Amino acid sequence: MNWFFDIIRSSIGKKMMMAVTGLSFCIFLTGHLIGNLTIYKGKDAFNTYAEKLHSLGPLLTAAEIGLLLFAVVHVLSGTLLFIGNFYARPQRYVIKKSAGGRTVGSRTMPYTGFFVLLFVVFHLINFHFVDKTQQTIYLIVSNAFADPVYVFVYIAAMIIVAVHVSHGFWSAFQTVGANHPKYMPIVRGTAICFSLAIGVGFGFLPIYIFYMQ
Amino acid sequence: MSESKDKKAINLTLKVWRQIGPDVKGSLETYHAGDISTDMSFLEMLDVVNEGLIIEGKEPIAFDHDCREGICGMCGAMVNGRAHGPEKGTTLCQLHMRHFSDNDTIVIEPWKSRAFKIIKDLAVDRSALDLIIQAGGYISANAGGAPDGNAIPFPQESAEKAMDAAACIGCGACVASCPNASAMLFVGAKVSHFALLPQGRPEAVKRVLAMVKKMDECGFGNCTNETECEAECPKEISITNIARLNREYLKAGFL
Ligand code: HEM
Ligand code: FES
Repeated sequence: MNWFFDIIRSSIGKKMMMAVTGLSFCIFLTGHLIGNLTIYKGKDAFNTYAEKLHSLGPLLTAAEIGLLLFAVVHVLSGTLLFIGNFYARPQRYVIKKSAGGRTVGSRTMPYTGFFVLLFVVFHLINFHFVDKTQQTIYLIVSNAFADPVYVFVYIAAMIIVAVHVSHGFWSAFQTVGANHPKYMPIVRGTAICFSLAIGVGFGFLPIYIFYMQ
Repeated sequence: MSESKDKKAINLTLKVWRQIGPDVKGSLETYHAGDISTDMSFLEMLDVVNEGLIIEGKEPIAFDHDCREGICGMCGAMVNGRAHGPEKGTTLCQLHMRHFSDNDTIVIEPWKSRAFKIIKDLAVDRSALDLIIQAGGYISANAGGAPDGNAIPFPQESAEKAMDAAACIGCGACVASCPNASAMLFVGAKVSHFALLPQGRPEAVKRVLAMVKKMDECGFGNCTNETECEAECPKEISITNIARLNREYLKAGFL
């Protein structure tokens, strides 16, 4: 197994782990969004969706454990890469200008990532680690988003996630070696569209619920 | 930066990084570069400034150079925050003063990264790149008669890609311009150059593992796909070479 750890501990290995876990989160976000869109069909549709999801039982638990493991890997290797990159240039330039390669997303990856982590903890406390025996999930959600502060925090968090993914999505393809001059513009375009879909899709839910009550 | 077409000579204010040795603190010093012909290269402009400094009995600005025709990879400095200056696909020695205007202020700094030590002023020790080459950037050619040129059928398209990667002159601009001081474009080019050629395949696995290991040991940063390197490379090497390096590394590591 030594060879295995040598590979994943290397700079490219850590990047690969970022890419695989990050892309898995993108798939998760897609599923999560599709599920949440049932809110637009009304209270009952959303509650039924939640019940169906929870009736999966051990399958759901397995997915949750998987996501948690991936999150630990993504955050740990992201932190190690960030520290390594910080020390790779101990003396900064007096003047440094971009040649046009960097984007808002790429510049801010470690910082947006950190805020996503804070948000995920906050989000789980809000909607996961709550007593669901006395109240339906729709009630929990609509109570939360009756508060404009919650609406604001969630919208801000969704913008941050969108910025993170706008670079992360295409970057992951490059990292796993899936770069082809013919297809790369499509992948980069998809990254923008995907991050917009995530930002707008999730971001409008709190607004909708706020105005529905 | 506007082009100065009507004027044949310009006056400049230079802010140059001066550092007397590797482990001492450096700082920007201001110099006046007067009556600089716009036909001069950036290095010739520095020569003129140095002549003035020598006459004044001051220490001239140390900078690296050799061929002065954009092929050796010795020259290089950050000019107003851009590796090899603002022009695309140009080494510092091929950057001409006509790209600057009268009364411009130009800030000149050496490549900065943990893996590259500053020797003096703008001269930087880039032997970390040589260490990476020594780790695997070669093919072990056994002595014997030269093989027939057409003995190995080989598509022209791959030869072109290998040639594009081989255009790397190892100047270190990719490291210098990378926000993470990563050497992935250099290693990507060197690995691709061999990986694309039939003569490079037999040692491909050993090569990519050894070169990446050495790259990490030298203290370069990690690539986060900022693509600044590709934009600054004087030979315009593409990041598809980094993707190929990643593929080669995956294959070598897991297959
Ligand atoms: C939980 C907190 C998170 C942290 C601390 C974090 C941190 C980071 C960092 C620092 C990077 C840059 C790594 C690099 O480019 O070398 C990164 C990349 C990435 N992140 Fe996150 N992230 C987090 C959550 C997420 C989430 C929720 C997603 C999915 C929507 C995601 C998707 C990605 C992707 C796809 C990449 C690109 C990987 C690559 O460039 O190879 N991250 N993350
Ligand atoms: S001095 Fe040779 S490339 Fe500039």
